[in-house]
Amino acid sequence: MNAKARDLSSTIRLTIPGRQTAVRDGLRDLLDTLLLQSLPEDGRGTAEIVLAEALNNIVEHAYAHHDGEIEITLQLRQNELLCRISDTGLPMPDGKLPSGVLAPLGAFEDLPEGGFGWHLIRSLTKDLTYSRDNGRNLLSFRLDTQQSPA
Amino acid sequence: MELVAEQRGEMIVVTAFGDRIDAAGAIHFKDRMRELTQAPSLRVVLDMSRVAFLDSSGLGAVVAVMKALGPDRKLELSGLTATVQKVFRLTRMDSIFTIHDQLPDGLRQVG
Repeated sequence: MNAKARDLSSTIRLTIPGRQTAVRDGLRDLLDTLLLQSLPEDGRGTAEIVLAEALNNIVEHAYAHHDGEIEITLQLRQNELLCRISDTGLPMPDGKLPSGVLAPLGAFEDLPEGGFGWHLIRSLTKDLTYSRDNGRNLLSFRLDTQQSPA
Repeated sequence: MELVAEQRGEMIVVTAFGDRIDAAGAIHFKDRMRELTQAPSLRVVLDMSRVAFLDSSGLGAVVAVMKALGPDRKLELSGLTATVQKVFRLTRMDSIFTIHDQLPDGLRQVG
C-alpha cells in the first residue's frame, strides 16, 4: 500500500495501484475509515460489494495490458454515499457500461461462472454513469446507506 | 484462505477459515477445493460461516467447484454471512445451491 485512505470527515480519497492485491488492501483501508464504519452494517456490506466489483473490473479489463493507478473518492451526504472511481486504463468497449444482464440459469454444466459483477453493481447503485475524458475513465454512482435496494 | 477438510461418513466438510473469497484468492480457492475433495464422498459441505465477504470472482469459483464435482456429487453451503448471502441472492445463485443456516446436526465444531 502506498496510500492510506485520507479520512476528511465526510470525504475519503484513496489512490491505489491497479492490481488485485492492492484492491484487497484498499478495500480494507476504505472499510476501516470512520466514514464507512459509521454506516449501518448492511450499507457497509453493499459498499464493499459494489466497490470490489468496480475496482476488480478496472484491474481485469482497463489495466489488462498496462499498469496504472485507481483513484477513489467517497463522499457521505445525508443517507447516501457518492462514489467516484477513475483510472487511466482502456476505455469501456463501445464506450458503454456492460448491461449486467445475468446469463440464464440453465443446465448444470452450463451454469455461469462469471458475468455477475455488473449485475451486482447495477442492482445496488443509483445514477450509475460512465464517461471517458482525456484518457481517463470515470465511473460514478450513489449508494443508499440506510436501506439497500435489495 | 485456509481450507480444512474433514471426512464425516458420506460427507466431506470443508471449513473456510479465511474471511474472504475474492478475486485475489479465487484461483487458490478453486485449486485447494479440488485437492480436498479428491476422496470419494456423496456430499461436500462448505462451511462459510467465517467468510465475511465474497465477490463475483469468488462466487464464480464456488460455482466452478460445484461443477467440477460433477452432477452426482453435491456441493452444499453452510452458514452464509449477511454480505455473502446478498451476493448469492442478487445473482440468483441461492436457487442453485443447497444452503444450510448451519452445519447439519452433529457436524458443528465446538468453539
